[in-house]
Amino acid sequence: MEDLSSQTKELRADIIRMITAAGSGHPGGSLSVIDLLAVLYAKHLRHDPKKPDWPGRDRLVLSKGHACPALYAVLAHRGFFPQEELMTLRKLGSRLQGHPERHRLPGIEAATGSLGQGLSMGLGMALAAKMDGADQRIFVVTGDGEMQAGQVWEALMAAPKFKLDNLTLIVDCNNGQIDGHVNEIMALDPLAEKLKSFNWDTRTIDGHDLAAIDGALSAVKTVKGKPQAIVARTIKGKGVSFMEDNIAWHGKAPNQEECERALKEILHG
Amino acid sequence: MAKATREAFGEALVSLAEKFPQMVVLDSDLSKSTMTVDFAKKYPQRHFEFGIAESNMIGAAAGLALYGKVPVCTSFACFLIGRLETIRVAVTLNGANVKLVGTHAGLGIGDDGASQMGLEDVAAMRSLPGMTILQPGDALEARQAVEWMLQHRGPVYLRLTRQKLDDVHRPDYKFECGKLDIVWEPEPKAKHFQATVLASGGTVGGAVNAAKELLPKGFAVRVVNAGTLAPFDVDSVEDFAKDSERFVTVEDHNIVGGLGSAACEAAASLGMGKPVVCLGVRETGESGLAAQLYDKHGLSAPHIMEACIRNLS
Ligand SMILES: Cc1ncc(C[n+]2csc(CCOP(=O)(O)OP(=O)(O)O)c2C)c(N)n1
Repeated sequence: MEDLSSQTKELRADIIRMITAAGSGHPGGSLSVIDLLAVLYAKHLRHDPKKPDWPGRDRLVLSKGHACPALYAVLAHRGFFPQEELMTLRKLGSRLQGHPERHRLPGIEAATGSLGQGLSMGLGMALAAKMDGADQRIFVVTGDGEMQAGQVWEALMAAPKFKLDNLTLIVDCNNGQIDGHVNEIMALDPLAEKLKSFNWDTRTIDGHDLAAIDGALSAVKTVKGKPQAIVARTIKGKGVSFMEDNIAWHGKAPNQEECERALKEILHG
Repeated sequence: MAKATREAFGEALVSLAEKFPQMVVLDSDLSKSTMTVDFAKKYPQRHFEFGIAESNMIGAAAGLALYGKVPVCTSFACFLIGRLETIRVAVTLNGANVKLVGTHAGLGIGDDGASQMGLEDVAAMRSLPGMTILQPGDALEARQAVEWMLQHRGPVYLRLTRQKLDDVHRPDYKFECGKLDIVWEPEPKAKHFQATVLASGGTVGGAVNAAKELLPKGFAVRVVNAGTLAPFDVDSVEDFAKDSERFVTVEDHNIVGGLGSAACEAAASLGMGKPVVCLGVRETGESGLAAQLYDKHGLSAPHIMEACIRNLS
């Protein structure tokens, strides 16, 4: 984990650098989700950057597609594409689109950006893997604001019905969305109880505690007969003090000065 | 002064709030982008935040309307049209007096990329009987279109830009629903036009620039603003067909089903044999700056000029 914790600093720094270079993007939700993605890719998600289409791979659907800078940073670090390419984010002709697109960039499993759709797509992948008797696992990451979308609850009903124990939902609960805090805009809590009552194996963790993330991702693999949900309590903008729990940083790029301050905190703080 | 039509919309809501006491505003976690946030602050009793749940918002808007309120529902154009079937049944089948306001239309949203670009919304909305579709070409028109929309009884879709638009209308402009209006013609007025260009929303300014550049090259081109996309002004198309060699349409929308299609349908139904050259988006959209994307996808002034003078035979 020691190693991983220095890696997450690098990943956070990349998120800040690439959004600054792009001049737009979503730092808050990228910084809240990065620890979850880092542990998932480092220790749990079976993948091969040299063979991104390997049929036996596990799959991740980043349903909160606006947080793709976090995913792009992880994919680059794992070797899916050159790290220099991160600085092309959102530019005309870049493979790193403002929201992820599978046909443009290796490692992206599904186009997202319209919130609420990812869990259904993940469910379909999990269903297909079951049909083929494959042992792959499907992971879906949503935002907590995203959980307000009706389609998510349709999928939440369907996954237990199909006994999809190969499907894991990770909810990045940073309590932030655009117009305000989730608990004011359209409250979800008690979210874990709701998920349990929908028949999901549910656990709540600190989404910035690397060991806790690792533990939860190990535990879900042992669950039989039902899908699993990990409610990850996170901080929007985590790692940059002036962005933390500050709604203004949902979808705004830092300027050069802010970028330097943020990098200093992340790398030397 | 250049202004985004979404900004003019936000200002109009506040200034018209007292005149239309039944108006209520519904949001789905984008109020700072759709610019309803000032209205929400000033009239919290008349503002409802639904969160990231557009279907529920639109369904509830229909209910509010069926009870007698005048709901204005906002989101990005792409997320509203994502709920087409709700709009189809709850809104248009009921004839519910719902005002749907889709902002960040088309490529104009820029670097957020394809998933955030409403590029099919006009096509879908045009296929719904009873839906009036407005797309103002500048802030002045936007303000008046909002007022018209609020006094009109029936479903309306108002399509607005993220990007700033230059003024294309004179200060004495009066919005008329269902009318194509001429925004630029050579002075003195030509008897015969190389082309009549129909543009709407984000493309009107580029069309005017194209026409101005073509004049010294010896081509008289008229630029018409299509502020109402449905119902479509076939009578004016007939008038323009009499003195124009061709029509050119240019829209920040998929080439299928929008302004170009409306113009083709009108021109064909008139049987006057005038060709229609359609400029519009043929792909899914992508990240980039709005101006870069207009260039790359064939919507900017040089493309419009070429479409006006290209040999068609
Ligand atoms: C269907 C849909 N509606 C609206 C949006 C615009 N939007 C982008 S991000 C966002 C807020 C997301 O909040 P949350 O899911 O909590 O993500 P996070 O806070 O982790 O960034 C919204 C409303 C969208 N992308 N999709």
